[in-house]
Amino acid sequence: MGEFEVHRVRFFGLVPAGVRCLACQPRGGRLALARTDGAVEVYNFAANYFQEKVIPGHEARSVEALCWAAGDRLFGAGLGGDITEYDLARLCVSRSVDGCGGPIWSMAANGSGTQLAIGCEDGSVKLFQVVPGGIQFERNLDRRKGRILCLSWHPLDTHIAAGSIDALRVFDVHSGQTVQRIMVNYHVQKVKRECIVWSIAFLSSGTVVTSDSFGRVQFWDWERGTLLESHTVSTSAVLSLAVSEKEDSIIVGTSTGATYQFQLLPVKMGSLEKRWVRTKPFQHHTHDVRAVAHSSTALISGGLDAQLVIRPLMEKMQKKGYDAALRKFTFPHRRLVSCARKARLLLFQFSQHLELWRLGSTDETGKDGEVLPLCRMPEHLVQLKSKGPEHIYCSCVSPCGSWVSYSTASRFHLYRVQYEGDGVSIRKVPKVPKLVLPAYQLQFSSDSGSLFVASARGSVHVLQLLEPGGCKHLHTFRPPSGSPEAVYLLASSADGHWLAAVSGDWAIHIYNLKCFKHHCTVPMYGCAVTAVAIHPLTNNLVIAYSDQQLFEFSIPEKQYTAWSRMVQNCGLHKVWLERDSPITHITFNPKNPSHILLHDIYMFCVLDKSLPLPDNSALLMNQSTLKQLPETARQRQLHAFKICKKFQPLLFADLLDENCLVMVERPIMDIKTQLPLPIQQKKFGT
Amino acid sequence: MAALCESFTLCGLGPSGGVGLGSGLLALEPGPDPDHVLLTDRGRTATLFKVSDQKPLGGWSVKHGQIITCPVVCNFETHEYIAVHDDKVLRIWKNKDINLDKVFKATLSADVYRIHSLPNGGPVVLFKGGGVRTLDVLLEAPQQEIENIISDEVIKWSEAFMEGQQPVLIFATEKDGDFFVYVQKLKMNSLHKYKLEQQELSKPLSFTAYIKNQIITLLCLYSNDSVYKVLIPLQQNTEEEEQILSKSLLLNLSVSGSVLKGTSLVVLDKDHIAVLGSLAASGEESKECLTIWNTKFQTLQTSKELPLGTSGQLWCYEEKFFFTHGKVLTVVMYKCETSSLAAAVGKLKDSQTPDVSSFVNWNTLGDEELVVSYQSQQSVALKSESKMTLRSKRNTVAKVQPDTLSVGQLLLNLKDASTTVFEDELRQLMSKAQIPDFQATIGCVITALMNRCKTNPKYYPRNFLLHIVQTRDLSYSLCPDLMAVALEKKDVHLLQICLQRFPDIPEEITYACLKVFLSISEAYLQRIDVNLESVICYIDIEFNNKEVKTEIVENGFNAELEQDIWDTKITKETHLTADGEFCPVGPQKAALLNAVLHSAYSETFLLPHLKNLPAQQAVLFLRYLYYLYVKCSEKINTTLPGIRSPTINQIMDWMCLLLDAHFTVMVMLPEAKKLLSNLHKFVRAQVRFYSELNKIEGSLRELQRLNHQKDSQTYSIEVLELI
Repeated sequence: MGEFEVHRVRFFGLVPAGVRCLACQPRGGRLALARTDGAVEVYNFAANYFQEKVIPGHEARSVEALCWAAGDRLFGAGLGGDITEYDLARLCVSRSVDGCGGPIWSMAANGSGTQLAIGCEDGSVKLFQVVPGGIQFERNLDRRKGRILCLSWHPLDTHIAAGSIDALRVFDVHSGQTVQRIMVNYHVQKVKRECIVWSIAFLSSGTVVTSDSFGRVQFWDWERGTLLESHTVSTSAVLSLAVSEKEDSIIVGTSTGATYQFQLLPVKMGSLEKRWVRTKPFQHHTHDVRAVAHSSTALISGGLDAQLVIRPLMEKMQKKGYDAALRKFTFPHRRLVSCARKARLLLFQFSQHLELWRLGSTDETGKDGEVLPLCRMPEHLVQLKSKGPEHIYCSCVSPCGSWVSYSTASRFHLYRVQYEGDGVSIRKVPKVPKLVLPAYQLQFSSDSGSLFVASARGSVHVLQLLEPGGCKHLHTFRPPSGSPEAVYLLASSADGHWLAAVSGDWAIHIYNLKCFKHHCTVPMYGCAVTAVAIHPLTNNLVIAYSDQQLFEFSIPEKQYTAWSRMVQNCGLHKVWLERDSPITHITFNPKNPSHILLHDIYMFCVLDKSLPLPDNSALLMNQSTLKQLPETARQRQLHAFKICKKFQPLLFADLLDENCLVMVERPIMDIKTQLPLPIQQKKFGT
Repeated sequence: MAALCESFTLCGLGPSGGVGLGSGLLALEPGPDPDHVLLTDRGRTATLFKVSDQKPLGGWSVKHGQIITCPVVCNFETHEYIAVHDDKVLRIWKNKDINLDKVFKATLSADVYRIHSLPNGGPVVLFKGGGVRTLDVLLEAPQQEIENIISDEVIKWSEAFMEGQQPVLIFATEKDGDFFVYVQKLKMNSLHKYKLEQQELSKPLSFTAYIKNQIITLLCLYSNDSVYKVLIPLQQNTEEEEQILSKSLLLNLSVSGSVLKGTSLVVLDKDHIAVLGSLAASGEESKECLTIWNTKFQTLQTSKELPLGTSGQLWCYEEKFFFTHGKVLTVVMYKCETSSLAAAVGKLKDSQTPDVSSFVNWNTLGDEELVVSYQSQQSVALKSESKMTLRSKRNTVAKVQPDTLSVGQLLLNLKDASTTVFEDELRQLMSKAQIPDFQATIGCVITALMNRCKTNPKYYPRNFLLHIVQTRDLSYSLCPDLMAVALEKKDVHLLQICLQRFPDIPEEITYACLKVFLSISEAYLQRIDVNLESVICYIDIEFNNKEVKTEIVENGFNAELEQDIWDTKITKETHLTADGEFCPVGPQKAALLNAVLHSAYSETFLLPHLKNLPAQQAVLFLRYLYYLYVKCSEKINTTLPGIRSPTINQIMDWMCLLLDAHFTVMVMLPEAKKLLSNLHKFVRAQVRFYSELNKIEGSLRELQRLNHQKDSQTYSIEVLELI
């Protein structure tokens, strides 16, 4: 097929923020996650755990607790002292209410989702009513000294258990009085250290489960105030705890990175007496596991090492499939890098700044696997710092490299970059049109003449870029039937004729840029779209879905292409479908129209449509086998998927020209070195 | 679903060959070995091909002026080739013969139509007059009179099968537009003549047939583009003259407006047939193609266009189609899987995905077991009472709707049934693969079987148990009695499979198996079917030598003498193993021991049992382990070839364990002395070798580090080749 010159880039210094808290939607298929930088993400279980929504963080808005209430409304609370409601359609904070109790450490919604309880720094527990359009302060419960670090409602909503330092308390919701106070370090008199109750859970049987900084998981009878069971799981703190909906299984996370499962099992076969038994230990993290969640089929944990780990419970699985595999997510399921193909520039997006780099070059050529000597080193051209506390939503560099644009929650910036010899000058475009912000995705047209801005309610703004440095608003596309969801993916055609926009309800609308009209809608497919791109020659839209299906839709003919139908008829290879990370970027090789280039975190693939699809008996990753075969024998083994797994974890890959690729990697080891040292553990008496 | 796979050219057909009837290939017949075919052309030559290599292995031709008139076949028993040239002259030769003029020749009294060679029945000769002789009978008197039974009918097609032990020949003839079918059973010397039902305006073009359950199924391709099915029962007692065979339409060869003009057909399996012909859509030029049809759902499964034209003949052996395509003989492989409606209409996306749950639901398993144990604990008094009610129940309910009964109930019902009824019912139960919690059910079935074995010592359903263990994922804990009973019955094959398949065998049972395997005589083992795949790739034992020896031991020497022979043999073999020559045990025993080596164990629990192993057996086992160790060390990667062959770690662990257990005995025993000293020498040599390797390890690692250093840069331009 051919050789590529690969620019292997490892200087993108992205350090994903640690996971602070997790919340499973009750009886729903979604998981909300908050990171230490205040970003909130929503993962969809049904769409193969695709990270479908991201609300970037805010310097002043830490999130200590997340909870779902009133069905699908998501609330967060943090050390800023505010309770925040998130707008999941527009991906921003919809409203925020002061808790009036200093920093908020914990928050919990009651079983019916009508009330929120918050635990504050000043030791108070406050109740808020969830009403349409916001929340309303209801009352204070009995206040004592000591911050409330964790809260849990009794499933019948009659009592609240709250964990504090050295003690846990149980409140009666009706009277607001403390009905029980239990000192948790009573049994360890000789220790002078304070014992922090990090996490608490109230079971319907009246048992209160606590996890504390002494590494214990304890079960208490709240009415008698007695200790029922105590399990020491770790020498360091047990930071988090979550109970399954059936209350037969508990997951706890410790500061050594280990998680443990407890199960309620009969003491012997057939006996009615049941006890909590520590059953499965897992060590998926290297750092604190600050958050755990228990879905109906999986144990979920998130750590300060930025990993989200979903460990399925095999006994809950009916058949082997996508859900039955362990999966780890470290990197976002979206693009943080954009590439100026013609100017050979890369733009890296960090939470609060952008970096513009120029790639190096070489004069040499070589054989497969060789590293070529550089004749010019890569160059860090510009660092653009975003002012203010808001984090960046999206960014883009134009193909010619002379425009850079980014958006935060409330501001949109466009810069004109000029290159004079070795120097670079950057100038802000003064009067940008007033748009409804934030922008969720930015995309320059291939001639760098216009900029497409993905916006809320399914709309896309078209801005015309003017020399020497200006812009004006040309048109706003809106889906004909309207949509509440924001657009999160854009693709424009090379001939400047078509624009595809994907909104949060997974509908793909195609607009005609010549006459500014809605052209058609791609038939709905019940899974999240992870990447789209329009072929430069045929104007076929290639769509990757989170269930790893690939579709090709002919825009001029408004129907799926014959190849796409053939793929659906034959089915994709089993190994392809079982991959666990979504395709995040698709591009094409104009010189080889039958090639589609796509990548996910773990592989780069050139899909050659002219070759037959592999059947399940064939080897999908056959490159190394092929390399060992003589030329003549290769022909019979060739199939459409040419997969390269040399570059990992792959954040971005693009084609610069005919046989020149750029791959942006972020080695996990480089991230690990940026993290604080994990807790030292003794191994084998050394 | 059936699919055509890759195709390749077997050979060109030479200048005399070509497309169209009347020239080219006469026939293709299977060769002496799998993957071999015999090709006879319409001239003077026959060629033997190895198909996968696309290579001719040999060719023979008759003299100028002679013509081969009947396809060359291979006698599978003697590996001889048989040909007829000029209608009457029979030639028989072997692989090494080159010149056909010099090989065996017999001139017959009548014209030969075809010779059919049957895998177990020898060749059968069909004469043009309808007479049939086996080759043996014919060779006794080549000039014997051959009767003409079909007068002026012309044979159109013939085929031969084995039914049980007897060859059956079927052939079709034509006379004035009427078609007749003859079925000849050679051993019984019975001939039946049938007339094929007339069809308006069309006549059969091609036939094919297969035999199943004493019924010949004849498929005829008619000129009206349909395939008809004719059933001919073999058990025919009535001696009526000329029965009329009625036919039924099996398949119409048309799909969405285009019609396939078939020229020949073959049967692939019970639901699939392949037809070669030309596909003609209305108003379009017809294209020749090879097609596979599903007869169950009447669909065209797949087709392949053959633009260069064919001769209209199609053969099919070993999942490969053979036909002439243009000027070459083309081979196309195919796959034919069981058909489901989804597959037939092309909706089956992923046939690999298992539909049945592959996880065991342990909760229900517990319940099922409880049911069984509860049943067995039921008091005798209750039992007699329940028996009465259940008996009547079985007659009414169990026979009519066995599905609705729960497994526990069914097993309880069967407790007193006769052996055959019992096994039949269980087999039926097992065949219902869709039962929820199937694992648990099987556990119950085995428990029931074992209970029966215990109560009735004569009863032991060897094959049934083997079948269950081989086809299902069982574990020791699911059927704890199974291995105990197998040990008692010395069913080593079952034990071997259990050891290979069960993940959780207790050490006590592992030891018991080892002891049985070591103590059992080689002579006994030779009569037993044991899976040898773990041994076959590396063992090099002299079978004949061994056999003679065990014969002597068996034939009435007393125990002391036997012991003597054994001892001398041991000393002799010790000498041999020192050179790493021969295996101290036979291949069957080696395979059984390998199964033990492969099983999981924990040293602490195994050691106490292992101490009980008799000294002679321990020495024999150690000798075998030593042999394996030497074999392993021969290869650079220290692994033995073959499937489930023991790894070097397993061998070493067992060796250490055995020496630990029998330390004192080994030191005392004179015959162990030589073995131990050899072992010691060999291990010392190995240790030295590895310590030398360790010394250069640092240098090797440095080389590797240099390789890695390139990776740690933050930017590089590399060359990547994708093929």
